[in-house]
Amino acid sequence: MATQASRSAARLMMAPAVILLLGWMLVPLTMTLWFSFTRYLPMRGDSIERGLQWVGFENYVRFINSSSFWPSVQATLMIVGGVLVITVILGVLLAILLDQPIWGQGVVRILVIAPFFVMPTVSALVWKNMMMDPVNGMFAHLWRAFGATPVSWLSDASVPSIILIVSWQWLPFATLILLTAIQSLDRDQLEAAEMDGAPVLSRFFHIVLPHLGRAITIVILIQTIFLLSIFAEIFVTTGGAFGTRTLTYLIFQRVVDSQNIGLGSAGGVYAIILANIVAIFLMRIVGKNLDR
Amino acid sequence: MRLGKPLVASTALALITASAATAQTLTIATVNNGDMIRMQGYSSQFTEQTGINVEWVTLEENVLRQRVTTDITTNGGQFDIMTIGMYETPIWGANGWLVPLDGLSDAYDVDDILPAMRDGLSHDGTLFAAPFYGESSMVMYRTDLMSAAGLEMPNAPTWGDIRNAAEAMHDPANDVYGVCLRGKPGWGEGGAFITVTANSFGARWFDMDWNAQFDQPEWEEALSFFVDLMNSYGPPGYATNGFNENLSLFQQGRCGMWIDATVAASFVTNPAESSVAESVGFALAPDNGLGRRSNWLWAWALAIPAGTQQADAALQFIEWATSKEYIEMVAANEGWANVPPGARTSLYETPEYLEVPFAQMTLDSINAADPTNPTVEPVPYVGIQFVAIPEFAGIATEVSQEFSAVYAGQQSVQQALANAQALTNDAMEAAGYR
Amino acid sequence: MARAVTTRRKLATTALAWGIGLLIFFPIFWTILTSFKTEAQAINNPPLFWGFDFTLENYTVVQERSNYMRFLWNSVIIAGGSTVLGILVAVPAAWSMAFVPSRRTKDILLWMLSTKMLPAVGVLYPISLLFVQFGLLDTRVGLILVLMLINLPIMVWMLYTYFKEIPGEILEAARMDGAGLKEEILFVLTPMAIPGIASTVLLSIILAWNEAFWTLNLTAARAAPLTAFIASYSSPEGLFYAKLSAASTMAIAPILILGWFSQKQLVRGLTFGAVK
Repeated sequence: MATQASRSAARLMMAPAVILLLGWMLVPLTMTLWFSFTRYLPMRGDSIERGLQWVGFENYVRFINSSSFWPSVQATLMIVGGVLVITVILGVLLAILLDQPIWGQGVVRILVIAPFFVMPTVSALVWKNMMMDPVNGMFAHLWRAFGATPVSWLSDASVPSIILIVSWQWLPFATLILLTAIQSLDRDQLEAAEMDGAPVLSRFFHIVLPHLGRAITIVILIQTIFLLSIFAEIFVTTGGAFGTRTLTYLIFQRVVDSQNIGLGSAGGVYAIILANIVAIFLMRIVGKNLDR
Repeated sequence: MRLGKPLVASTALALITASAATAQTLTIATVNNGDMIRMQGYSSQFTEQTGINVEWVTLEENVLRQRVTTDITTNGGQFDIMTIGMYETPIWGANGWLVPLDGLSDAYDVDDILPAMRDGLSHDGTLFAAPFYGESSMVMYRTDLMSAAGLEMPNAPTWGDIRNAAEAMHDPANDVYGVCLRGKPGWGEGGAFITVTANSFGARWFDMDWNAQFDQPEWEEALSFFVDLMNSYGPPGYATNGFNENLSLFQQGRCGMWIDATVAASFVTNPAESSVAESVGFALAPDNGLGRRSNWLWAWALAIPAGTQQADAALQFIEWATSKEYIEMVAANEGWANVPPGARTSLYETPEYLEVPFAQMTLDSINAADPTNPTVEPVPYVGIQFVAIPEFAGIATEVSQEFSAVYAGQQSVQQALANAQALTNDAMEAAGYR
Repeated sequence: MARAVTTRRKLATTALAWGIGLLIFFPIFWTILTSFKTEAQAINNPPLFWGFDFTLENYTVVQERSNYMRFLWNSVIIAGGSTVLGILVAVPAAWSMAFVPSRRTKDILLWMLSTKMLPAVGVLYPISLLFVQFGLLDTRVGLILVLMLINLPIMVWMLYTYFKEIPGEILEAARMDGAGLKEEILFVLTPMAIPGIASTVLLSIILAWNEAFWTLNLTAARAAPLTAFIASYSSPEGLFYAKLSAASTMAIAPILILGWFSQKQLVRGLTFGAVK
């Protein structure tokens, strides 16, 4: 039983983390909220020192009425969803495979885990130039070897290409977590089922998958947090063109390209709302899973 | 936690040494183009002469724009010199964000700067950035392929001539494409090219009341012509080709023609880099019989942001990098063809330089560009491949993305123009023009 | 008989696993390989897997153009500094959540995670203005601070799930022996927590090393880490595949090697309590 003393000590120990994160969240958020209600065009000479003109909800209306808004939400969901589906499904399969007795397991694991250490900028550049380039990329060589016309991946299949690049980066993470989870599976139970003559698929769906449920939830939660804000991969490859303009990227364009801070901030507030909807949704599931 | 202590200690140490070393060091943001990288190599000579150290932040064009724009609008003061272009300079100068370059020495001979460049880099008659190199655009074509096809490129071709030549040279079976043009999204990439093409078709960005003009027939004609030309005789995947991609294609001998920046001439005629160096011809950018050629005007220039603490040292560097002496030094070491072009009148009066095959055509192209009258009808703005208003970069980036989606076959010309019209008017309204 | 089947099966799964492993690793392998070719050979058709002239020229060119060691050093300082700082803040917080849980512990934990969902671009301008105000632009201190804050939620959560696995009975026993809070932490918990802290440190270093938004936007020259180094090679004029490969290899090599050597610790900690 925790004593009163240890309780207050605990509170004291938690304080730095809570205060720091509260500051990190509230200060920029307050500024973003303030900017979002003002006309803030630095290129036209607006600045905080000179005072910003209050415009009410104008920026919010303009942002959501812009023809790029809904396509960007759609692109965001498509990319996040696509990556989640691919990494979870392939992650489960790969984890099962790596769990089997194989020669050189350690080396294979090193190979599979490697993309996780590559910085997003580099992986985007490598995929764009070394793999997907329609003239000199590896895919183009492969296509030509089979007599097909090389595909211009980043313009003709832009969203799938981005999903592929990001999945490549995150598959190691999913595989690792799922592999650790599988390794804790009760072997006896699995063997007993095998003895009973249960087919592979039914063993998978009735024993393996339920056991992985918790790990899958963690994978989805952590990845969603990172995927909602992917930026470098799009910035380097398509620059938001060809239907890959995510909400994050749209805000970036409003703030940096158009230098319309008010409009961009309003977009930022929408993104925060969207992220929180997703967060609440995810937290519900994970929160349940966190109670043991 | 064995890691911890030495790391903390070394962090502290590194911080102390870092702050001590900043005494006389210039931080220069620049674009990773060939001429700038060359200048970077020579900058040790500047340090030897003056004792001033130089730190380079070399970035790709898009990243550079993003970094310097954020820095200048937030008054970050991270850079002592910024490499900016003709679009940014007058706008930033008008906002008081740049140090006026009126302290240039007599030896520097500011009047030697080409008038077109000087005008484009000034606001109200005050020079705010010194051109490192200047460019227009022109046609570069393969003389061997043209004569094999029995054709001759006129000195001042029309778009019809270009189309005929492209058709004659197009040989995809042997990896030769009739014409390589920019389709890459971005206002400075494909956006610039389609804008100058549209100019020659009589289209314009805005009418005199700042209404977007994408719903006018001239735009549809220009865009349709471009899409048809490139779909028929362009390389595959041209929707992602920008300056560098096309340069690489042309150097590998994959393009019959390439219409792009005049600075490219020195790279495509350099035998060390180009497999077709011996057989490149030059012509003025095409027109469409309406009296406007599709050539642009641009300069990469060095400017001093107002937030710097070292304006004097920065000016010293700018004088060094854009001087006649610098050009002579490069000429002595690497040959006249490799000097930064298009910035100084005296360069085009140097007999050795005029022997360089593209020198005269570059000068003619630059002189043929008129930023105040970019198209057939009058416009309320200055600029040829851009519109010199702060909102343009944002709008044109999105418009060029709509167009690139057409090049990639994702939407029709009409759809793209309708979207461009809507988003441009929307942004102009947000900025208070309409 | 049964043995033969399992051997054959092991052979098949081995082949499959290696095939997939090599496929996943291929882009990295290809980049490293290309970095040793000449520019002309880098774009050879068909692609060259062997029989090219091994050259280190690209590395020399890259080093001449940008001072690799300074970028590397900045990356080390920033990733290391933010991790150390983060651990100092996260360990106490995670400890108190794990061992002195209250009704709100879970909410606080989830709230911390939700701060990570704040889109960075949305607050780029406010943060830039704050950095200008406090003179933090292009300083390692500024970046250490930001990256620490960005990774703090993940660190707290990882440590929390790890600490929760430490059985409470041990603490009870220590208390019975008259151990105070200080002794409890120093002599009982710390030894047990070291592996968890080690994995958290590793993950934090990796995340900080690879962070490419703030490190690019808040630095110019003095504090620029490897993410900025690579940004200058994204599309130079002319042929650049070999140089790009060399620069990429230089940017990822240190963290790749660190990751490989420590993958056991990393894997153990990465489970976020996903495994019962």
